Amino acid sequence: MARVEVEVNGTRHELEGVEPRLLLVHFLRERLGLTGTHIGCDTSSCGACTVLLDGKSVKSCTMFAVQADGRAVTTIEGLGSSAELHPMQEAFWAQHGLQCGFCTTGMIMSAVDLLRRIPNPSEGEIRAGLEGNLCRCTGYENIVAAVRAAAAALAAMETPKTIGELVEVGGR
Amino acid sequence: MESDGSTFEREGDGMIPTTFNYFRPHSIEEALLLLRQGEAAKILAGGQSLIPMMKLRVAEPKTLIDLQGVPELAHVTWAGGHCTVGSLTSHATLAADADLRQKAGALWDAANGLGDPQVRNLGTIGGACAHADPSGDYPAVMLALDACFIVAGEKTREVAAAEFFKGTFETALGAGEILTKITFDAAPRSAYVKLEHAASHYALVGVAVVLVMSRDTIEDARIAITGLADVPFRASGVERSLRGVKGNNVAAIKSACAGAAAGQDVRGDIQASSAYRTAMADIVAARAVRVATDPR
Repeated sequence: MARVEVEVNGTRHELEGVEPRLLLVHFLRERLGLTGTHIGCDTSSCGACTVLLDGKSVKSCTMFAVQADGRAVTTIEGLGSSAELHPMQEAFWAQHGLQCGFCTTGMIMSAVDLLRRIPNPSEGEIRAGLEGNLCRCTGYENIVAAVRAAAAALAAMETPKTIGELVEVGGR
Repeated sequence: MESDGSTFEREGDGMIPTTFNYFRPHSIEEALLLLRQGEAAKILAGGQSLIPMMKLRVAEPKTLIDLQGVPELAHVTWAGGHCTVGSLTSHATLAADADLRQKAGALWDAANGLGDPQVRNLGTIGGACAHADPSGDYPAVMLALDACFIVAGEKTREVAAAEFFKGTFETALGAGEILTKITFDAAPRSAYVKLEHAASHYALVGVAVVLVMSRDTIEDARIAITGLADVPFRASGVERSLRGVKGNNVAAIKSACAGAAAGQDVRGDIQASSAYRTAMADIVAARAVRVATDPR
């Protein structure tokens, strides 16, 4: 059994008795109750379980919770609130970037990482940037439109903020 | 908020791998000691191949030694025309390295095309090489770059790429050894092109090319192919045929690349037949040579 000290959405958690084989996604969902991170394929393919580890997108089904010890994790719950959505969430809503919604949280986390790397991506860059996320409804057109809209919204902000700053704000 | 972990009681859910002891050493020496002393010990780098295998219980290590506590293993260092890449360097770091694109385009290409963004953020070059997937991208690149693998163990030793890849998931690494660095000379005229499986992005055929050019003429070439056999191999016939060919002579390049898989026992599986892989090898090789003829 291991002790895991991890910052999740800006809150520090210290958990004892973590089995090393516990996957990060189960740690988030079952230990912390953060069920916004979904389990899709469980085989590192679909990206539904995508979270940010120190700001970079990772598949939480392909990482052990003990590996996150001493690091910072951001889940969909850390992006925004119902009262104040993150611009990426807002854009997915406005552009109808979802059908059944199952892949959406992972899609949004990947899109946030994409804009961190490429603030104003082309359509091709968006599609390549979301290559690790599958939408079984094949709603890709509107997902791409949502990422474009979010990039434009961020660029048009009066006090431009990087996507990383926004994640931090959302995480508090 | 501090959780006591009691919110959800279904502990067994999702514990798919078998149990193991986890260690996070802070030096290579400590890691080597754990590797020697631990029962059925395995090194964990980015985990993007190992963890899926553990979830399927294809791999069942009893001791897992996580190298993330040895961050000095993650670096890209140039000294003159010679590069040293730490084994813990992520694919994403290599893929974002504009300098690497110019100086060793083949490695940059492979890092960019490997897996997907999430896999590239966690996965490492050392982990991928030590995993030695017969459809992996790096093995061909390492062979074409004529790279050298620096291996730590009871004593540090160097293994040439041509000696490193031994078979499917098999390398020259001994049980008590850790791959720490990979070194190679700059290859400004180099490229890696693959025909990939659409879902997995693994190479059905992947060809790495390193050219030595004199003005617009190919003087020498190293061509290495992955995805066809248990280990990557040099297409020596193609290498010979390319000598003296002009970089802009597409027809001559295509003709030189004919029979790229000659003499190999080419794999056929559910993804691609042996005949298809063999035919595609020529085409992918020609494409890779054409990309490599121009500065990146």
